[in-house]
Amino acid sequence: MPIVSPGFTGRRQSPDVQLPPGQYLTEDFPVLTAGPTPRVPTDRWEFTVSTEAGQKHTWSWQQLIELPAEKITTDIHCVTKWSKLRTRWKGVSLDVLLEDVETAADFALVHSYGGYTTNLPLEDLLDGQAWIAYRYDDDDLTPEHGGPARLLVPHLYFWKSAKWVRGIQLLLEDEPGFWETAGYHDYGDPWREQRYQGD
Amino acid sequence: MSDHVDGNALAGDLREIFAVDLTVATGQCAGCGYRGSVATLRVYQNAPGLVARCPHCEEVVLRLVRAPGRAWLDLRGTVSLEIPLSS
Amino acid sequence: MARAAVSGRLTWRVSSLASSDELTSSARRLVFEVPGWPGHLPGQHVDVRLTAEDGYSVQRSYSISSAPDGNLVELAVQRVDDGEVSPYLCDVLTVGSQLELRGPVGGWFVWRATDPAPVTLVAGGSGIAPLMAMVRVRALEGSRVPFRLVYSVRTPEDVMFADELRRRAREDPGLDVRLVYTRRAPEGSPEPPGRLGVATLNTYGWPAEFNPHVFVCGPTGFVETVSDVFVALGHDPRRVRTERFG
Ligand SMILES: Cc1cc2nc3c(=O)[nH]c(=O)nc-3n(C[C@H](O)[C@H](O)[C@H](O)COP(=O)(O)OP(=O)(O)OC[C@H]3O[C@@H](n4cnc5c(N)ncnc54)[C@H](O)[C@@H]3O)c2cc1C
Ligand SMILES: [Zn+2]
Repeated sequence: MPIVSPGFTGRRQSPDVQLPPGQYLTEDFPVLTAGPTPRVPTDRWEFTVSTEAGQKHTWSWQQLIELPAEKITTDIHCVTKWSKLRTRWKGVSLDVLLEDVETAADFALVHSYGGYTTNLPLEDLLDGQAWIAYRYDDDDLTPEHGGPARLLVPHLYFWKSAKWVRGIQLLLEDEPGFWETAGYHDYGDPWREQRYQGD
Repeated sequence: MSDHVDGNALAGDLREIFAVDLTVATGQCAGCGYRGSVATLRVYQNAPGLVARCPHCEEVVLRLVRAPGRAWLDLRGTVSLEIPLSS
Repeated sequence: MARAAVSGRLTWRVSSLASSDELTSSARRLVFEVPGWPGHLPGQHVDVRLTAEDGYSVQRSYSISSAPDGNLVELAVQRVDDGEVSPYLCDVLTVGSQLELRGPVGGWFVWRATDPAPVTLVAGGSGIAPLMAMVRVRALEGSRVPFRLVYSVRTPEDVMFADELRRRAREDPGLDVRLVYTRRAPEGSPEPPGRLGVATLNTYGWPAEFNPHVFVCGPTGFVETVSDVFVALGHDPRRVRTERFG
């Protein structure tokens, strides 16, 4: 068993609110990255939804930002144990983007520039639960935090909120993504502490 | 820190699992065929797990995730590892 | 020393801080007493783990700066002001306190005293730590392998192990030490401060024709720049070994 280091607290604060189990509060916004940071100019950026039938729906940057956007204030929970409260975003709801998409799929595999992927049930992307976010704290989303645009699904652990999002593949069967093939949970509900497979 | 470190930094976590030092093993990247010591990979540590990428093509060649009481090692990006053994 | 390749899997060892003193105003030399320490090769590192009262735990790697000396292991830790672990090690941990440490680990970034090839060492900041171990083991083993150390620091006050390096440059036969200042050089220095560039590395490192080993250690950006220079100067990339600190 580990020995306790007296006086060691780490970069954390004591929460005045209820956090999901095992989480700690942070004030800054840690940058997690599994590879070099992709830098995608908006004139080359594209977002594609593809269905199980092979249909593709693609938006350019200009088309994305002309869609009705929402302002979102939400808590986020990273599986590496930090939580950040009342983060402020702006983006397009996936309800808007998926409105005209014909599908019988139950699952989604999200793809990013740089090769990252993550999976989740399609229903978790609908009903005001998920956005393609392109502004954070009244500024353009920086590349470090997933800019030009990232997925925002704040009710799941934050690895599901794929940075540098480039598309969503709709699937009849669940297909595990980058972290999900390496031990992380397929669903990832922070309130049920679903960090690893079998949790 | 957001910068990558060298494959050397994997040594401790791998030695918790294996009896030999895998950082001196020679690996071949499944993406581009690059051959080199595991110690020369680019390791990203500020992530939910350790991600080691090929210094030549930047593809993921090794991943290691630690959970309490278990670990996952993903080597699908590696063709093979040649491991020196003391005879 | 050859026992560094211990068989069996590695576990954390409870170690206690035997001494702590100032290396520079922002770095400390920490010596740990590690029961059952198997010895190490110069260039290897340890992992340190800290655990808070409520179970929150983090780990970091630190290079060993000492030559093998029984159960004692010396680290040179640079304080990163907003860091999680280094300020704790530098400012909070007191002599006699315990923490968990495992090692030695890493068999790639090591120098072996039996290898006759000349050696170029390039350190940036705290990157001196594992190179210091190499310099010390060389002396301990009575090796005459020619060593050139190029050490890049911001100002004269940032030189770690300054006295020892000055003494060794005088006394250790075949060891050259060259300090390069990036922000402010000492009074009367022949060269103005500046970044470590091709010219400096070409002048103070061994030429590629000598087929030297090159060990480069320090912050990631520094290591990247320096190792690119050596490869551009014609060195075999496999002989340019790096340790990035992040
Ligand atoms: C093989 C190896 C050997 C090493 N040897 C040495 C050595 O001999 N000496 C030495 O001094 N160092 C060494 N290092 C570096 C060392 O491991 C640590 O990275 C260093 O001490 C900083 O750790 P820290 O916990 O103090 O800082 P961290 O907490 O890791 O922070 C470092 C920086 O990143 C930023 N940061 C990181 N996480 C967050 C976050 N969640 N929120 C906001 N900002 C964040 C901080 O602002 C800070 O500027 C070595 C590294 C490796 C890989
Ligand atoms: Zn490759």
